[in-house]
Amino acid sequence: MIDMLSTLASYFSYKFVICAFIVGGLVSLCSSLLGVSLVLRRCSMIGDGLSHVAFGALALATVLGASPLAFSLPVVVIAAILLLRISENSRMGGDAAIAMISSASLAIGVIAISLTTGMNTDVNSYMFGSLSAMEDGDVILSIILSVTVLLFYLFFFNRIFAVTFDESFAKAAGLRSELYKTAIAMVTAITIAIGMRVIGAMLISALVIFPALSAMRVFGSFKGVAVCASVLSVVCAFVGISASCLFSLPTGAAIVAVNAAAFIIFSVIGKVKRSLKR
Amino acid sequence: MEKALKNTTLHQIECRNLSLSYDGRTVLEGADFTVDSGDYLCIVGENGSGKSTLIKALLSLKRPSGGEIIFGEGLGKGQIGYLPQQTNIQRDFPATVSEVVLSGCLGKSSFKPFYSAEDKKRAAMNMERMGISDIASVCYRELSGGQMQRVLLARALCAAEKMILLDEPVSGLDPLVTKEMYRMIEELNRCYGMTVIMVSHDFSAAVKYATKILHLDRSVKFFGTKEDYIKSPIFGRFAGGNEDD
Repeated sequence: MIDMLSTLASYFSYKFVICAFIVGGLVSLCSSLLGVSLVLRRCSMIGDGLSHVAFGALALATVLGASPLAFSLPVVVIAAILLLRISENSRMGGDAAIAMISSASLAIGVIAISLTTGMNTDVNSYMFGSLSAMEDGDVILSIILSVTVLLFYLFFFNRIFAVTFDESFAKAAGLRSELYKTAIAMVTAITIAIGMRVIGAMLISALVIFPALSAMRVFGSFKGVAVCASVLSVVCAFVGISASCLFSLPTGAAIVAVNAAAFIIFSVIGKVKRSLKR
Repeated sequence: MEKALKNTTLHQIECRNLSLSYDGRTVLEGADFTVDSGDYLCIVGENGSGKSTLIKALLSLKRPSGGEIIFGEGLGKGQIGYLPQQTNIQRDFPATVSEVVLSGCLGKSSFKPFYSAEDKKRAAMNMERMGISDIASVCYRELSGGQMQRVLLARALCAAEKMILLDEPVSGLDPLVTKEMYRMIEELNRCYGMTVIMVSHDFSAAVKYATKILHLDRSVKFFGTKEDYIKSPIFGRFAGGNEDD
């Protein structure tokens, strides 16, 4: 155990490990907070759809030689607005529309990659995350964006609650619920675009869903769920990244596995808590 | 009615030749009616008679396709406390009673990010009024149907002091709780002078509790006092029909 800790400590002399911890922690924090609102609005699939769009955009950026984050950010934000509109107004049904867009962008991404480099380790890291994926410029941009997302969430916390809990009442009370929903989708898109390199496209939507669901097993207040989800998410991210360092696992997969374990533990705690109440 | 006239000579809401459409179809045409301070107005009609579209229009969520809605002094957008139909709210949502009630205060403070001490006082007062102070920290999803409606009513009261709009407030409640709910709404109207607009398809409850009736079926079939409504042929037809169900 002490051996493992000292090995882990030695990793901290590498800059990219520190970057992975910072970005991984911030992304987990943001995505868990947004996840509370998305899961409760039955919109979890938006996160999944967006991550596939982000993968497509990232692949295209590689082909075009553009900066990955700078290129995929606007694409994903536009996709978020589009997905929200489609899922609300479309005749074919929101889930079908999201599935369609996400598989189409995945296909575009795979084609773009196979035309250039072929399926190699780079692609593998896009899919399942990598510690060393972040460049210096990306890290600074990630920190700025994450802090913006956090401030947005804190500042509008009560309004996000009102819109999530009961949209028709919020509208009647004069809140512009469409605006908040669009903002949440856009902010989710930003979070996903930032987190994709470290966590991976296939797995990042888990970061949106897991912490919120785990927290909901145990807590009964919106504030409690939000606080618990964000703390849990950051803890899981740090444990996951550490495991990824020590056992050279794909970073995203390690984080999601830790989240899944946490979900099982929280489910059991929730069950026990409820049976004690009775 | 008399009380209303004493309070103010202006109407709280006046609809003039109001037409509403939904998805390009006209669902309500040429509606004329007024709501005065202290009224207990019940809007009745079958499904698809334009009730729910009218609610949206009264809440300023829908623009009239013709005619106009005029709001009296101090009654504008976000000034009507709204109790939506129960089905809109998820049953497994993590939220405490006080979180839900407090969210009613949001319409008032348009730029403040957090609740003020005044908001909290207001929420506490309305929870007291609805008799739910003792369950303030209980999770909403663990409440009974009647308690849920009280919580939502308290939230509506936080949003507005003068008028509340209730959309089918007793649907899904058992008879005893229904009676209690009607009693509380009546108390708000009588004791606190709150204008009540209630949408219902329960004709017998409408004539029991309301002071005014608005009967819709794509247009206004009847508008006037409860007493006149009971004498009208349209009531006989519908009340009779109700008993056959």
